[in-house]
Amino acid sequence: MKARIKITLKPGVLDPQGKAIQHALSGLGVAGVNDVRQGKYIEVDLAETGEAAARAQVEKICKDLLANTVIENYAYELVP
Amino acid sequence: MKASVIVFPGSNCDRDVKVALDAVLGKGSTTMVWHGDANVPASDLIVIPGGFSYGDYLRCGAMAAHSPVMRDVVAKAKGGTPVIGICNGFQILTESGLLPGVLMRNASLKFICRDVTLKVEQTDTLFTRAYRKGEVITIPIAHAEGNYFADADTLDRLEGEGRVVFRYVDAAGNATPEGNPNGAQRNIAGICDDSRRVLGMMPHPERLFEPMLGGTDGRRLFESLIDKVAA
Repeated sequence: MKARIKITLKPGVLDPQGKAIQHALSGLGVAGVNDVRQGKYIEVDLAETGEAAARAQVEKICKDLLANTVIENYAYELVP
Repeated sequence: MKASVIVFPGSNCDRDVKVALDAVLGKGSTTMVWHGDANVPASDLIVIPGGFSYGDYLRCGAMAAHSPVMRDVVAKAKGGTPVIGICNGFQILTESGLLPGVLMRNASLKFICRDVTLKVEQTDTLFTRAYRKGEVITIPIAHAEGNYFADADTLDRLEGEGRVVFRYVDAAGNATPEGNPNGAQRNIAGICDDSRRVLGMMPHPERLFEPMLGGTDGRRLFESLIDKVAA
């Protein structure tokens, strides 16, 4: 199964990179951008074919390595 | 005294740390330990040096925290071996759970490489007993991710337990925004764990330990260890 994982900053955590992107957008003349937050997208291709087992694996991978849960949330979807 | 310096792929301050340790503790005191080794030799001090371990990929220090050697570093730290994490080493200590909080991207987004003024807030740790409490020292920083963050409860606990060891201050010695190079919460530059034997700091004491380098304020951090550990 493939896991498509999104890692995002928790609300309230400072995101200067998001701010820099917002700034650049206004420099490009894009109007009406209220806020920009930058995150990470990671694809993990698992040998596991059972959904429950794959889910457990992905939870562990996210908690142990992919996300720093002090400042980041993670969300994922599993596709065959 | 025997010291071990952990070397990850991408560490680049390991040799500077060895030079400083050899100068202060004596030649032959320091062993370099490769991250792939399962065991660190019995040591009076373990240093996790600065650099760009694993290229800072994913997050600074995230993958280094899972290197084979770190299991033994954590075990030895829990068994009472003093550990210092400098810069990337501080990042690795937070990622491995030996210290709370996280080091985020500098608020300015810039890589900052310059001397900063620090206040030595605690002198009852193994690493700071050679300083005077409240002393203001100069040590260089060189980092893009030194913005220390933890939730308010953790920060209050660190302050309450006297575990903020170094704080960024301005020229007058006050912890002001002007004195804060990277946006770190409460101007925190270095903290210790509750055993007071594990220290993480963003500034580089090994870069200012002899007059030829432009200053010696970093030397006493290493000298502090000699009496305490040999005793």
